[in-house]
Amino acid sequence: MTLTVLLIVIVLAAAAFVLGQRRATRRAALLTGRERPHSRPAQHGAYTLIWVAAPAVFVLVALSLLSGPITQQLVQTGQPEAVSSLEPFRKNAFVADAARVANGQPAQAIWEPELAQHLASEGARSDRIEMTLDWAGAVGAILVALMGGIIAFLRIRPDFRARNRVEGWIVGLLLVCSAIAVLTTIGIIASLLIDATRFFSAVPLPEFLFGTQWSPQTAIRADQVGSTGAFGALPLFAGTFLIMLIAMAVAAPVGLFAAIYLSEYAGPASRAIIKPVLEILAGVPTVVYGFFAALTVGPAFREFFNTIGRWLIGGPLDGLGQYLMLVQNQMALVAGAVMGIMLIPFVSSLSDDILNAVPQSLRDGSYAMGATKSETVKRVLMPAALPGVAGALLLAMSRAIGETMIVTMAAGLAARLTLNPLDTVTTVTVQIVTLLTGDQEFNSTKTLAAFGLGLTLFLVTLALNIVAQRIVQTYRQQYD
Amino acid sequence: MKQTIYRSQDGLEGGASAPAAEVPAELAAAAQAATDPKGAAPVGPTKISARDVSVFYGEKQALFDISLDIPDKTVTSLIGPSGCGKSTFLRTMNRMNDTIAGARVTGRIDMDGEDINARSLDPVLLRARVGMVFQKPNPFPKSIFENVAYGPRIHGLTRSKAELAEVVEESLRRAGLWEEVADRLHSPGTGLSGGQQQRLVIARAIAVNPEVILMDEPCSALDPIATAKIEELIDELRERYCIVIVTHSMAQAARVSQRTAFFHMGRLIETGDTEEIFTNPRERRTLDYITGRFG
Amino acid sequence: MTETRDAMTATRLDRLRGGLKRRYAREARFRLYGILAIGVAVAFLALLLGRIIDQGHTAFYAHDVSVPVYLDPAEIDPAYPQGTNFEQMVAQQQLASRGLEGDAAGPLAAEMRGLFSSELKFEIARRVAEDPSLIGQTVTFDVPVSDEADLYFKDEISIDTPPEQRRLTNQQIGWLDQLEDDGNVRAHFNSRLFTSGDSTEPELAGVLGAVIGSALMLMVTAFLALPIGVAAAVYLEEFAPRNRLSALIEVNINNLAAVPSIVYGLLGLALFINWMHLPRSSPLVGGLVLALMALPTIIIATRSSLKAVPPSIREAALAMGASRTQTVFQHVLPLALPGVMTGAIISLAHALGETAPLLLIGMVSFIPGIASSITEPTGALPSLIYIWENASERSFHERTAAAIMVLLTFMIVMNAAAILLRRHFERRW
Repeated sequence: MTLTVLLIVIVLAAAAFVLGQRRATRRAALLTGRERPHSRPAQHGAYTLIWVAAPAVFVLVALSLLSGPITQQLVQTGQPEAVSSLEPFRKNAFVADAARVANGQPAQAIWEPELAQHLASEGARSDRIEMTLDWAGAVGAILVALMGGIIAFLRIRPDFRARNRVEGWIVGLLLVCSAIAVLTTIGIIASLLIDATRFFSAVPLPEFLFGTQWSPQTAIRADQVGSTGAFGALPLFAGTFLIMLIAMAVAAPVGLFAAIYLSEYAGPASRAIIKPVLEILAGVPTVVYGFFAALTVGPAFREFFNTIGRWLIGGPLDGLGQYLMLVQNQMALVAGAVMGIMLIPFVSSLSDDILNAVPQSLRDGSYAMGATKSETVKRVLMPAALPGVAGALLLAMSRAIGETMIVTMAAGLAARLTLNPLDTVTTVTVQIVTLLTGDQEFNSTKTLAAFGLGLTLFLVTLALNIVAQRIVQTYRQQYD
Repeated sequence: MKQTIYRSQDGLEGGASAPAAEVPAELAAAAQAATDPKGAAPVGPTKISARDVSVFYGEKQALFDISLDIPDKTVTSLIGPSGCGKSTFLRTMNRMNDTIAGARVTGRIDMDGEDINARSLDPVLLRARVGMVFQKPNPFPKSIFENVAYGPRIHGLTRSKAELAEVVEESLRRAGLWEEVADRLHSPGTGLSGGQQQRLVIARAIAVNPEVILMDEPCSALDPIATAKIEELIDELRERYCIVIVTHSMAQAARVSQRTAFFHMGRLIETGDTEEIFTNPRERRTLDYITGRFG
Repeated sequence: MTETRDAMTATRLDRLRGGLKRRYAREARFRLYGILAIGVAVAFLALLLGRIIDQGHTAFYAHDVSVPVYLDPAEIDPAYPQGTNFEQMVAQQQLASRGLEGDAAGPLAAEMRGLFSSELKFEIARRVAEDPSLIGQTVTFDVPVSDEADLYFKDEISIDTPPEQRRLTNQQIGWLDQLEDDGNVRAHFNSRLFTSGDSTEPELAGVLGAVIGSALMLMVTAFLALPIGVAAAVYLEEFAPRNRLSALIEVNINNLAAVPSIVYGLLGLALFINWMHLPRSSPLVGGLVLALMALPTIIIATRSSLKAVPPSIREAALAMGASRTQTVFQHVLPLALPGVMTGAIISLAHALGETAPLLLIGMVSFIPGIASSITEPTGALPSLIYIWENASERSFHERTAAAIMVLLTFMIVMNAAAILLRRHFERRW
């Protein structure tokens, strides 16, 4: 339907272009003497085209954005008593089944007779509503296209500044496109806030932030909302923090030294090899790192610790040995270490840029004093680059906190308040995935909790990013 | 007496003996006036002697068979149009060309009779003995104190904090900066004015008590007052050090140096006492350059 | 005077030389740290790729077995062949041919059934339905062996493997050996991996559904993110007034580029699925989410290549009387285009590997079909990798590695295209 309307609009727009151009040429031919039309005929054509296409596209876009919610609203208002009194979860299922029945498919659930009798009629009704909306949209779009075309067509005169108008429209379109970036942010904040607010009305904020019990899975039925599930996220924060620390312990020194080696020691030949290697490492999808962590690093680490444990058992460190024997594949250390490796190219390329921004004159000054390369790096370059490097590390931290796949595949699900790297921990991102990928109805506290976690994650990473970018920017300006 | 010695050394440059150039009377007079006070300045024994030095950057040759003697306790200025190789030559004397990828130096440079390009000679040691000051002041992003203490610290020249503080004060005094910064030794060196920064960098260079100080257009980024101060300082430093200065300003060369070498297109055209070069150059090109016909 | 100075110089030189050895040792150590850091990165990459190839290469071949089946007219209803329990029928026949008595529902028959892929029963049913005259004859069917048997033929498990780590019994291994000795087992290129969708049976599972899903998704992403991203960048770089609003948009875009991908997943779930009621698990929703994610990087890349076009080009065009819009679209943008395309391809390649947001918009569910439009549910390559990695069957592990190899191949091709593009059009001003 929409596609047909779109095709019609395209045809109308093309016609508008041709007609507008022709009219402009004809009117220009009537000019006498030294008068010249302001704009070229094609520009008049383009102007007419815009007036046909823009309103129609606006209507179509608005409709596709709003038709879902509007249909839902209309379907709900006309429902028979038996249906509208259902609880939200069952009502949604009923509406879905009604649609199936209307399409000639069998219903998925078994409904009581007083509900089942409404299935067909309700399905037909929502079909009708959808159909009406579709038709209204189509007719509306074509109508506004025609109206716009007529208005623009009548405006065509030799002294009409069609070019400026067209360019105005183009710049406006560009502006709208760049506004989408801002709209995305607003969309993120709004979608997180709306659902998070509902979550926090069921679970008080202090309980969420400082509670030490996390077991959302206990809420089994919708009517249990918030009453039994425990939503103390402190263990998740601890797990996230622990894994981030381990990752940074790997990524910061390795990434930094790699950057130093690249920018100060490596010749063009070795740079030509090392840089692509780092770029490939940076391009490997995180799910691949997760696969590697879960199936290679995890078992290897467990084997390693178990061996040490076997060796310690019976000795003076028997307790430690017993503990090491129990270490599992999924531990904070595995996820953290692999995440650290993932962050190496990130840290090194940012630090490489930052080291390169330090003016050559400082290096020359230091070498001319008789300093060796390492002395120059340690005593001149690093102090000079420190703010930039700090910014880079903050960005890496924000990445580590927001990373999902590696931890989902290698860290585990046990919410435990611990800083022991050999323990199984869980993180904010793992819980978001777990809460939203199981079989559950939307709107339960469990799924809303994911948005609460998402909001927390977003705010923390945003704060880190803003601070880091501010630091890096100030640093760069210093040497510009 | 000494002049004759240098005359004979000039013969080593292999420059073809050229007809005496005609110096316009007024320019000769001006140059005479500018260099007059230095005319009788004492000139020390040879500190650095370069023989057939050529420098290549990759395929490109930047310097052609330079042979030049640089006397101790004297200011020698290297002049010439941009790109003539004077800075390149300066950088061969503390092996700063080593830090440029693809640079190659041939020929021999002796300092006190020792080949500075010898494998056995460590560039780190050489640079501790040959200080350098750059075109743009480049204080490290550290405090004034730490800037000056940099050399003594990395080379381990001092044995105690007190000794280090003494060295820093002494160097700042010699660079004529002490009075201005004594009360803010621990504020950042980058906060000083351009002229002060350049004197700080000179203080940093003399803190390791070098034997030679190389200066690569040290005043080109400074205003006239700061320039005058630096020139004054150079004149004072001459008592203790062998100083080589690259400059674009003929007037500056005339004011501060006793010896002058004129470079053109990677070749050494003429060298001699400053007064001599500015009043009575032997080469046509020298005359053209100092009279402003090119450059 | 000279003597004291010489004396000073002498002690100075002594001190200088004294410390030199230690300083060079420190220098060497520092340099070594740098080399070690690079070494860690290179070694890890080698290990990662090596392990994936090591684990995954076996997935590219599979074993078929030839099974002679007597299509017993007593058991097959020609009108409704799929109603017959062919698995039991074959198991019984196989047991009988080995001189074993077995109850059709008994443990021996179950072990025998475990040798063949469930494809066997579908294949027989299909052939019989096509040609009912086969009933009563003995027909030989070539079908895949079961996943465990496949692992056995690939030497991944053997009779020495501890019983708790394998699902094949000694009895089954004996039968497999016998089948192989009789020449009934044949290794062949595993084309099924590339021609079928997902399946719960490892030996029948393939990546095609996911590849198509990823391709459709990437098309949606490119179709949306490319024009919008380029337009936004052109506006910000060429038209936007330098005011606080523009500065805000700039900061906003930089921050969007650093928002964790899972947050985009939450956005997609709330906005596209729960609010706009777009179909769950569809390439449309996936593409929309990835487009929002790719947008900031495309904008940033486009802006930097627009910045690289020297102002002299703009001034020349403006001086010729071209309007600002004409200047940008006729002169600046064409010059920046190679850079724009390079940046765009790289960010699309990145989007191809993105997994976390897909999990939240329903692409973790088991979807065996192959999508033919952007509104049908489908899987995607990265989410397929996640699903297979989570599966308990061991044969899925080699297939996971194989799927990773497919994904990496696509990414390498895209990045190589970007590099070639950059090389070809690289221009230095």
